[in-house]
Amino acid sequence: MSVKMVDAPDGLEGAGFFATSLDKVIGLARSNSLWPLPFATSCCGIEFMATMASHYDISRFGSERPSFSPRQADLLMVMGTIAKKMGPVVKQVYLQMAEPRWVIAVGACASSGGIFDTYSVLQGIDRVVPVDVYVPGCPPRPEQILDGLMQIQELAKNESLRRRETEQYKALLDSYKIL
Amino acid sequence: MYNNQKIVDEVVGQFGDKAFAFEEPFGLLTFSTLPGNLVDIVRFLKEHKELKFTFLTDITAVHYPDHKDRELCSVSHLHSWENGLRVRIKTFVPISNPSVPSLTPLFDCANWLEREAFDFYGVNYLGHPKLERILNMDEMDYHPMRKEYPLEDATREDKIDALFGR
Repeated sequence: MSVKMVDAPDGLEGAGFFATSLDKVIGLARSNSLWPLPFATSCCGIEFMATMASHYDISRFGSERPSFSPRQADLLMVMGTIAKKMGPVVKQVYLQMAEPRWVIAVGACASSGGIFDTYSVLQGIDRVVPVDVYVPGCPPRPEQILDGLMQIQELAKNESLRRRETEQYKALLDSYKIL
Repeated sequence: MYNNQKIVDEVVGQFGDKAFAFEEPFGLLTFSTLPGNLVDIVRFLKEHKELKFTFLTDITAVHYPDHKDRELCSVSHLHSWENGLRVRIKTFVPISNPSVPSLTPLFDCANWLEREAFDFYGVNYLGHPKLERILNMDEMDYHPMRKEYPLEDATREDKIDALFGR
């Protein structure tokens, strides 16, 4: 059995030392140890269970530990129909997460309300929290959820350390009335 | 053994024309009454020595926008365990003043059922201990199952009427 290692980032390597930028090292660490918080309300949650279990095995991507407390989570995975009454709960969970935090909307309902174009259903979680990656499907296959996770990994890997302090990011949070 | 006709005889014998519009769709005895007589009739059915309608299975409402001055209908379903019988009692009220007496003094289970009918149709159950929304979010400012409101989410902008046959 071979252990697969992540490739080292570009840098200057010599006898006994390796020099690279802090951004790249931290990005490498973050992207390969994303702790997801599954917020599953319906059938997409069932697909996530398959994604989490041995056959598809989300822990191959460093998400070994699904965090059921938002305080220690990096990635909020919202899977399933979010009723309008549930909207404030999703937002509160997001608020309890520490920066840096990412959000995946898994499936048609979380992304856009899906088939539930009705008075009681939130028409996409991006009405209450900013979303990084949308996974289409009703429900999506585990492969698609993994692809969404890998896109989050790319975001985490390439994100500037200063991004969360930028005016644009503050304006984004401000547009969701998140301080 | 009781059957629907005997229930009708009992109710009419006690209340006369206060109970009216008897019908029997799919074998389910149904009749109407005015809001003022609802509690008396339900109590009579519940406390009757032989009928024993001791189980309130459901309370719901219907909106008939074309029925002038009787737009809203509150429907109570009663079940008699021992006789294996059911009745359905309708009460029509105007939408401008949709007040129906609460059945909570007779049946504790009416509490949530009436809150649901209030939540979705705005039926005002007089005497209910806590007439608040139960299923929809508290901030909702209308009663969504009334027919003047669209089913679709009103805030959605990416749906073009022509494409969705509206």
